[in-house]
Order: sequence, then structure tokens, then C-alpha cells
Amino acid sequence: MRSAILFLAGLVSVLTAGWTVFPRALYKSSPQPLQFNHKVHAEKAGSECSSCHEIRADGSFSGIPGIANCAGCHPEPQGTSLAEKTLVEKYVKPNVEIPWHGYYRQPINARFSHVRHVKAGKLKCETCHGDHGKSSSLPPYEENRISGYSRRIWGAKMLRVNIRPDEGMKMSDCENCHAQRGVSAGCLGCHQ
Amino acid sequence: MAATKKHRRYGMVVDIDLCTGCGACMVACAAENNVAPAPERATDRTGITPMRVYPVHNGAPGDRRQTAFLPLMCMHCSEPPCESVCPQQAVELDEATGIVTQMPQRCLGCRYCMTACPYHARYFNWWDPQWPVGMEATLNPTVAPRSRGVVEKCNLCASRLHAAEDQATAEGQPMPATYVSACVEACPTGAMVLGDLDDPDTEAHKLAKAEGTFQLLAKLGTRPKVYYHSSRPWVRSLSERNAKEQAHA
Ligand code: SF4
Ligand code: SF4
Repeated sequence: MRSAILFLAGLVSVLTAGWTVFPRALYKSSPQPLQFNHKVHAEKAGSECSSCHEIRADGSFSGIPGIANCAGCHPEPQGTSLAEKTLVEKYVKPNVEIPWHGYYRQPINARFSHVRHVKAGKLKCETCHGDHGKSSSLPPYEENRISGYSRRIWGAKMLRVNIRPDEGMKMSDCENCHAQRGVSAGCLGCHQ
Repeated sequence: MAATKKHRRYGMVVDIDLCTGCGACMVACAAENNVAPAPERATDRTGITPMRVYPVHNGAPGDRRQTAFLPLMCMHCSEPPCESVCPQQAVELDEATGIVTQMPQRCLGCRYCMTACPYHARYFNWWDPQWPVGMEATLNPTVAPRSRGVVEKCNLCASRLHAAEDQATAEGQPMPATYVSACVEACPTGAMVLGDLDDPDTEAHKLAKAEGTFQLLAKLGTRPKVYYHSSRPWVRSLSERNAKEQAHA
């Protein structure tokens, strides 16, 4: 009996450490260099995702827009918030790029083509990025201390059940989606 | 996605009569594919040359001697012996493109594939890649460098195909019938062409069917997708000779 209790106590403490303490220690959280409100930009400025995150004529993807895009509408602060002031004084006027942390950056041997997914595959941005385009603030960036990758690749939940669409960007997630849609999943298509 | 995807069978035709042996393709290949400069102790088998210009001669003495140069790379065999021997499934004949893909991240370094490849097209990374300080800035961001302990080879500039495919998609076109690999781009005499061998409109298709075009070691049944062309019979005859015959030639 005594040994069973000891065993259970050991099991519970190991599981607690593995499932709650370890993930916390594993990820380093850093705030984005500036706050950004996707919702306001979508609603007030009437911009679509592609207004700032553009697929260029040669099929490449612009990704996170450069400071020149911001400067178009924010040559002067649009309001009195601190973020506005920082944006204009620290980045727009001296023409310095904002060092955003990319939530979705993949390892160098993975290749993801936005144009293939959006134009040929007719996927909506939300399919993989969820409500990110409707969010009113940027969550902190969480980096895996061992691999250096964003937590969005694995997802917030260690068990990976019910993960949000904008989390879970592991190879198996790509493969599952490809299998569901009957799209080829040869190594070459997504690796370089 | 499947709707706009047309299957291709990319291959190359190399005109040996046009090759001057300058080696521009070798340099372009190494630069494109992030092949690090070889350490001093590397030999031509332990160094990494996914594209290698190989000199051959007709064996005749004096002024009857003739030399030719063969740019050698992976033949992208349609029956690749390297694929079937790999215990890691690190080698794959890609259905959509016909490219024989090497996935260094999966490779455990057993080198079975190097033994299986009759063309010596595969190279083992004996050392971790090292670039002289400052040269990292020249690395190609669309090709992942390989680490020590894995095998690599020509992937037919797959990342250039990716870029060409992306552009075609942006323009509403199916997969392109041709694209430009680094070696094809660099060759000053235009000795190499790359394209879909099954598409009757490509130069590669026409040249692959032309007289004087042959495959290296066709008798082995690997069905290479890299073809060679020469109007000189002695050059063509080399392609079927084995090492013993070669030694006595
Ligand atoms: S040439 Fe060698 S490496 Fe290339 S596909 Fe054929 S057997 Fe494999
Ligand atoms: S060396 Fe690598 S690629 Fe070649 S057979 Fe072994 S595991 Fe496969």
C-alpha cells in the first residue's frame, strides 16, 4: 500500500513537472517591439490582408511589411498613443525596419509557398492564421530555447488536441492537410 | 491545387561537342547550392562536386589525340538504384517532376546509395561546412546547407524550380515546361538545356530524340533523364565501356 502511494505520488509529480513546468521553462517569451492592431487596420483603414502582406507579381510573398508600407499612412502620428509616437520617431522618420518576431517562421529546409496555397489551392488566410487578422494586439513571441523555433509551430498545448488554426505548423500538420485535400506530399514540394 | 498542377518529367541534354571544359557550371552549382569551400585535405572523392566536369580522351597518340569534357551530375534515373537501397527513405523519385530528391535531413550517412549509384553522382560530407568569415553573406537563402555525416547530390536546382512554379502560379499558368538551373545559366557555350522531356515543345525533348544523343551506361537500365550528345563516335562509345575496357583503350 505504502509503495503504491509512493509510486502514485512520484508519478503525479513527474507528470506535473513534464506537462506544466517543463513547457514553461522550455519557452522564452518576449514582447513584440511595438504593438499592432490588426483589427483597426482591417476595419478603419479598410485594408485586406493582401494590402500589406502581398503576393508579388513574381509569385514571391512579401511577408511582414517593411517600414515603407507603414510610412505611407503614418508619416506623422495618427493619434496620441505611445505606440504611434514610437512608430514615427523610432522607425518611420529614421527609416529603420521594425525588428518584429515572426510567429510562423519555419526552419530553412522547409519551403512554404503562399501563392501555391492561396491562389492555386484557394485557401483563405484564416485557414492557417486563424483570427490573427482580427486581433487587436500582438501576443508575446515565444521561442523554444532548444530549437530556436516559434511556439506556434508546435502549438500551445503539449498534447496538441484542439489546437487553434494558427498554431500547429509541424510537418505532420502540413501532411494531414495535404492528405485530406488529396494534394501530393512528395519531399521535394516542401523542402529545399 | 491539383487543378493547375501538371506533371512534368524534367531532364537535361548536354552537348559534349560544345563543352570546352571551362568549369563555370561547377562553380555556379557550388555557389547556388551552398557547397562550402573544400578543406585542403579533400580529394576529388571526399570533396563535394554535385556537378563535375570530367575529361576523357580517345586514347590515340600524338596529333590524333582528341579530348572531350563531360559535365557529370546526378542522372535523375527513372529507375534510381540509390532510392531502393536507402534504409531511411531519404531518397525519393518525385512523381510530379521526375527529380530524384535527396533529403539530407533524413540521411543517416550509411552511404549505401553512394555504392549503388553507377555514376558517382553522390558525395558524403566528411567535414562540417565552413565558410571563410564574411562569405556567409553570399549563402543562398533558398537552399539549406548540409551538415557533416550526410550524403548530398544534385537536386536539379529544385529551389529554382520552386521559384519558377510560384511565378507560373501567380500568372495563372500550370507548372513551367522549363526553368533555368545554375549550371545551364552559367554555361558560356550553351552546352546544356533543361526541360520537360515529355513536352514536345521543349528544346530538351527535341534534343533528347536527336541523332547522336545517348545516355551514360544505358545498358544498366537506370533510364537516366540526363542525356548527352556528340557527333563524334568515339565519345559516344565511351558511354558503354566498362572500367576494364577503358583501361585497355
Ligand atoms: S545518377 Fe546516381 S544519384 Fe542520381 S538518380 Fe541515378 S543512381 Fe541516384
Ligand atoms: S547515406 Fe543517407 S541517403 Fe544514402 S542510403 Fe544511407 S541513409 Fe540513404
